Amino acid sequence: MTDAVIVVALLLVAASATVAVATRDPERQALVLSVLGVVLAVLFTVLQAPDVGLSQLAVGSAVTPLLLLLTVRKVRRRPRRKEPPP
Amino acid sequence: MNRRLRLWLVGVGGAGLAALLVAACLDLPRFGGDRHPYGDRAVRASLSRHTANTISSVNFDQRAFDTLGEMSILFAAVLGCVVLLRQTRDEHRDRPEPAEVARPVRGYALLVLPVALLTGLYVIAHGQLSPGGGFQGGVVAATALHLLYLGADYRALERVRPIGVFEVGDALSAAAYLVTGLAAVLAGTAFLTNTLLPYGTFNTLSSGGTVPLLNAAIGMEVACAVVVLLARFLDQAVEIEQDKGEGEVRAP
Repeated sequence: MTDAVIVVALLLVAASATVAVATRDPERQALVLSVLGVVLAVLFTVLQAPDVGLSQLAVGSAVTPLLLLLTVRKVRRRPRRKEPPP
Repeated sequence: MNRRLRLWLVGVGGAGLAALLVAACLDLPRFGGDRHPYGDRAVRASLSRHTANTISSVNFDQRAFDTLGEMSILFAAVLGCVVLLRQTRDEHRDRPEPAEVARPVRGYALLVLPVALLTGLYVIAHGQLSPGGGFQGGVVAATALHLLYLGADYRALERVRPIGVFEVGDALSAAAYLVTGLAAVLAGTAFLTNTLLPYGTFNTLSSGGTVPLLNAAIGMEVACAVVVLLARFLDQAVEIEQDKGEGEVRAP
């Protein structure tokens, strides 16, 4: 039973990590990374490492995607300002 | 170095790494086995010092010096971000417009904020007893504050988050960790040795000697560091604008 849960969690991690690599748009990638963070936290918890799971949940699924989204917003905002000629 | 040589170098390096990894994997103990020599010793050491969460005992007692290194890495990284993301001479600050927030989003954010903040503080306080600790709880508490940005707007967040206080808090808590370590030296033992305080009653908040102190210092350090880090990113994303004239000259 436990083995089945571990296998499912591993497969989910592999799937979401592949999607994260295959996604090229940074905004979507941030969302996929957040999902990957949750799935990894589940995997760590299943493997009896709840401490690491908590860190992963806090950093991987909240802080990293947030930093990515803020960076994308900053980078995208500059060209848009230039579009109307002064 | 030309292209072929570089490819060759990468190929040799990659093949060597792969061979070593496979060799190491073949020697690993079987998955889910019941022999854990390191784990058994760590659990014995943590129980002898009345720390219920062995991971915390490893982090803040048996390997407290490693944690000092990790804390310094986070501190240096945040310091680097603060320096890199400062407001430069060709930039100015625009006051962000108050934004419309959908009612359900606002309600949800303001409802979850206190719960998340309390959860973070709980996780820090119970680091020596249950899974979690200063690092995890610190990140949760710091991100919880930012629900205010989702629920209200940036100005509301700035009002509850005086950035100078958090910068001082970051430095103070990093220093507190060092001072706790040095106190052990003054008491005549090695740096960061956990012999200073009584170990207390097993499985209570005050158990574990200096573990709760170091754990609290890390919690405060991480919370302050994440708040400062996110503040710099938010400033750049929301407030700081490049001046028009120079921005165009510099644009590629």
